[in-house]
Amino acid sequence: MALRKPSRLKRIVTVEIPMLAILVFTLGPYLWMFITSVSPEETLFTTGPSLLNATFENYARLFNTVGFSDNLIDSFIVAVGTVIVGLSLSVTAAYAFSRFNFKGKRILMLQFLLINMFPLVLLILPLFVLMRMLGLLDTHVALIIANSTIAIPFSIWMMVSYINGIPRSLDEAAMTDGCTRLQALRRVVLPLCMPGIIATGIYIFITSWNEYLYALTLGGRDVRTITVAVQTLIGEYEVQWGLLTSGGIVGALPATVLFLIVQKRLISGLTQGAVKG
Amino acid sequence: MTTATTDPSTSARRSVIGRRVLPYAMLSPAVLVTLAIVFFPMVQTAWMSLHEYVLFRPKDFNWVGLGNFKAALADEVFWISLRHTAIWMLTTIPAQLFLGLVTALLLNQDFWWRPIARALIIIPWALPSVVIALMWSWIYDSNYGVANEFLLRLGVIQQAVPWLANPDTALASIILTLTWQGFPFFAVMILAGLQSIPASYYEAASIDGASAWRQFWHITLPGIAGVMMTAVLLRMIWVANSFDVIFVMTGGGPGYATHTLPLYAFIKARTNLDFGYGSSIAVLFTIMLMVVVVFYLRRTRKAMD
Repeated sequence: MALRKPSRLKRIVTVEIPMLAILVFTLGPYLWMFITSVSPEETLFTTGPSLLNATFENYARLFNTVGFSDNLIDSFIVAVGTVIVGLSLSVTAAYAFSRFNFKGKRILMLQFLLINMFPLVLLILPLFVLMRMLGLLDTHVALIIANSTIAIPFSIWMMVSYINGIPRSLDEAAMTDGCTRLQALRRVVLPLCMPGIIATGIYIFITSWNEYLYALTLGGRDVRTITVAVQTLIGEYEVQWGLLTSGGIVGALPATVLFLIVQKRLISGLTQGAVKG
Repeated sequence: MTTATTDPSTSARRSVIGRRVLPYAMLSPAVLVTLAIVFFPMVQTAWMSLHEYVLFRPKDFNWVGLGNFKAALADEVFWISLRHTAIWMLTTIPAQLFLGLVTALLLNQDFWWRPIARALIIIPWALPSVVIALMWSWIYDSNYGVANEFLLRLGVIQQAVPWLANPDTALASIILTLTWQGFPFFAVMILAGLQSIPASYYEAASIDGASAWRQFWHITLPGIAGVMMTAVLLRMIWVANSFDVIFVMTGGGPGYATHTLPLYAFIKARTNLDFGYGSSIAVLFTIMLMVVVVFYLRRTRKAMD
């Protein structure tokens, strides 16, 4: 920022130490959960969690006796289903928003922005009634539909910003060469914004993986996603914190890893709109 | 759209029609689906709120007009929840904003492990709220929680405090958890804003002899004001709506100590199966949130001009 370089010591005191403190605050709870999960259950309440004699018995119990693998599969099906629905419906819509001027464009775009503003509790009650009427309660389809209420507007929003980044002249060139609009979209625009599409897809995956209230209300018995399973653990194994925290780590791991992979691209997409407008 | 026709005029006319229709054709799947799964259910909520509708008596769907709303306004728990929602938003968002601003300013400096710090700082944002609730419940645990041990060692408290079971500390404890969960969002947004400020502004200012504080006040803050306002708006809506962390940590208790309005609506419907009343609270809450959002937009737009 400044023209002259501040001295090394000054930078350590004013920047690196405060940053480190914030990082400790940010990561501390997560690390504490991990340490607890690998501590032997007997020592947890005597000497407290520690990394000495680390063990993975809690994780083994989680999969062998509690049956966490079924929950992981349920979560996976729901999340992948939501990604497919969300992306496939929003690609063409985002292209239309980005490339055409038409009547009602502003209102339609506003509509997709507004959806995100409505409280989830406003949707969860009627969706429950609706799914019950259709006999879809406790199925993967119900959860995919519910998660799509968030995924579709979000991915349209992201995708518009990615497609806007690709020059119009490229579609026009393709169309002069004899492509139709849809071919131009498929052969030129889509490959170019593939990184953005992948990032959006991963973000949808993460939000559906993390979703809890719909999963609890619309599923819960046959289809029990990982978040509901973790919450049920809290009820059933109340003081077995070793087991509980290992459940937390397993539940959080896929989302954390994916997020660290795509965070850079995702954040540039997310913040672009905010910085410009 | 442009099938190979020999007659150029028909092809041109077709492409004009195509250009008119194509955008709508491309939009219609997304629009129709959102109409079906978002707008139709919303209308249904409004409709349910005007009825007496308890789920275990599905035959009874009696029109009560504004009866549910009148009942809500006379309901003590409604006002308690409303107060908590207000406290909750007025403390969580400023705390997140402040911590996010500090983090963003630090991340905008030059130090060798900055990329690692920037990647790790966002982790709370990616975690499932159930896991967040779980790990903070463990931290706050009254017997073995690390929060008690830490504060006891420091001598801040004399005996272990049951953070979540005590009505006086439960709301504050949850506010801390939510602050932790949400501040990375502000940090990331504000950092993007900081990086969009041209370095030449600072160069010019320091040639003119402006102090670091004056540079912050006259260059940095105006430069990130827009981003901050957007971030606060998004966060306001998000914080107001999120009740999953509270639901898992305390279920709204002890007593009504951590009830917020959306949580109250959810609990009414989920445990009492009173969908009519639950819907009316949800509708009331939405209207109030909209009023706050519109008011906020008006004020900030005025401040920006």
